[in-house]
Amino acid sequence: MSAPLGQFFAVGVNHRTADLALRERLAALQKDRVAAIHRRLQEIPGLRERVILSTCNRMEFYLVTESDSALAAAERVLADLAGVAPAALPSLAFRKHGLDAAVHLFTVASSLDSQIVGETEILGQFKAAYALAQEHGATGPALHRLLQKAIQAAKWIRSNTLIGEGQVSIATVAANLAGKIFGRLSEARTLVVGAGDIAEKTAVALRSQGVRSLFVTSRRAESAAPLAAALGGESFPFAELPARLSGFDIVISSTAAPHPILTLPVIAAAARERAGRPLFLIDLALPRDIDPAATTLADVFVYNLDDLAEIAAAGLAARLAEVDRARAAAHERAAAQWGHLAGQTLTVSPATEGAGNSAHVPG
Amino acid sequence: MSVFSSLDRWALLAGVLCYVAAAAGTIWAMLRSRRSVTGRLYAVVAAGFALQTFGLYLRGQAVGGCPIGNNFEVIQFVAWSLMLLYLVVGPAFQVSILGVASAVLGALLGALAFTVPAWDLPRAADAVRLSPWIEFHAALALFSYGVFALLAVTAQAQLVQHANLKRKRLNLTFSLLPPLVQLEEIGLRLLVTGFALLTISLLVGSVFWLRHLDSVDVLKLGVTTAVWLAFGTVLALRLARRLVSESLAWTCLLLFLAVLLSLWPVNARRSDRAAVAPAAVRPL
Repeated sequence: MSAPLGQFFAVGVNHRTADLALRERLAALQKDRVAAIHRRLQEIPGLRERVILSTCNRMEFYLVTESDSALAAAERVLADLAGVAPAALPSLAFRKHGLDAAVHLFTVASSLDSQIVGETEILGQFKAAYALAQEHGATGPALHRLLQKAIQAAKWIRSNTLIGEGQVSIATVAANLAGKIFGRLSEARTLVVGAGDIAEKTAVALRSQGVRSLFVTSRRAESAAPLAAALGGESFPFAELPARLSGFDIVISSTAAPHPILTLPVIAAAARERAGRPLFLIDLALPRDIDPAATTLADVFVYNLDDLAEIAAAGLAARLAEVDRARAAAHERAAAQWGHLAGQTLTVSPATEGAGNSAHVPG
Repeated sequence: MSVFSSLDRWALLAGVLCYVAAAAGTIWAMLRSRRSVTGRLYAVVAAGFALQTFGLYLRGQAVGGCPIGNNFEVIQFVAWSLMLLYLVVGPAFQVSILGVASAVLGALLGALAFTVPAWDLPRAADAVRLSPWIEFHAALALFSYGVFALLAVTAQAQLVQHANLKRKRLNLTFSLLPPLVQLEEIGLRLLVTGFALLTISLLVGSVFWLRHLDSVDVLKLGVTTAVWLAFGTVLALRLARRLVSESLAWTCLLLFLAVLLSLWPVNARRSDRAAVAPAAVRPL
């Protein structure tokens, strides 16, 4: 009969436990820095398995330990990374063990613990964390099984619930709409008018969806060139805008002009030149940059800030309505895996802190 | 006694029921999950297609030629062509929603064929032996109508997506339908394919007509040529970007309805002529 040799813990700092200032110190560390943390944790006696998840909003360790001292040593590493005294960590971090830790793992992988529920980035980060742990030989039978099953559960939840449906930010709503008009965005020529923050975010979202051709123009010439450089695009003089408008498929406008800079005659002339090819105009300015009458033109699609915000709100509401169902699915799957580990390779014993759901890994 | 076996009608009916089941089941599943459901749709449509093919094969055996001799058969053949195209083209374009629309149209056409018993009257035994050129011509022409049917489906989808985007109505159809530009690209390919098939069909038919000028059915030749000219004009205008987007979609949709309506008088006239035509020389 094998002797119990370890317990499963999840410890860490995330957006639910710590403020932004602390999270900034831990945010999305580069691979080499996470590798350095792996090496530090590797030196801790009694730490059998570990996965380190480092994202914008969280620094979490998933650990299988042989002793309380190993857990305490790992938590000291976390406190050190956060720049706080170990004694201060309990008020800034969380610690879960056994089934609670497994449920947390599944919930995080499924993006149910993300600030924006249903976001897709977390699963990729989760897989990267798992891969890095494997590179360092830091995973064993317990974490292998839990992580693989958590990834499967996350995929199932994404496919079978609506938590990933709809877009929840103005930038992604605009990018999604552009995709629904043009399909492959790699061929779509995009113009940013003005150098506002939201226009930049929208341009970045479009870039991430495959937009390759990107131009910037601004009433203040000195602000167009830096933004174009930041976005990997080109700039041109603002005076050329009316003449060049027909050459663009997507136009994001966000200037501080007190009156429309894209008037109906200018847009109508561009639409005529485009001969039926759709023109997607995104007006992110207040007061508006684009004459609202342009919506009456054939094959011209105008969306303003209110339109995009309304779609984002509807997307968020749809996701939140699904959270309970998704959470139940994550919990059910985590419990099933925990039961499997307990029955096959783990011996469940009372937790060191009396919660009664930690598991001991046989050697 | 009917020259047609009852088995062919049962097989064709079963095929239609499969299309109905595919359309209804997929719409229900999509409404429930708000996602496109491809696998089961494709399997049920494929089963319906196999049954329809079997039914048409039996009918072809019974009449000794391509089973396109009365309204019932013509409509079944157009529905069969539409579903064949979907089975071949649908997965390539990854537009499952078009599969649903194709299944709906296939079911409607198939059901329509069964609604009027007079459309499936048996033909005289001497009237079923056709020239192979004419058979090939007619089959190709009807196949091109199947392409135009799928074009009509695509045009309808394009109009719906256009309206969704214009009215900012981001509902279920918005998320399930393909992007607007992609729908227009698919429509253009179907327009080119349908027009090319109809052109080849007319060229094949002309081999026969030039040898048997006296047997040419002027009305039918006129209608077919008018359809060819109409789609050719639409294609030319599209390539010149003079007819695009919504106008193009509406034109394709209305033109297909006109083509469907033209089948009935043309076939009615052929039935009349068939009774008096020599067996070896069947008019168009």
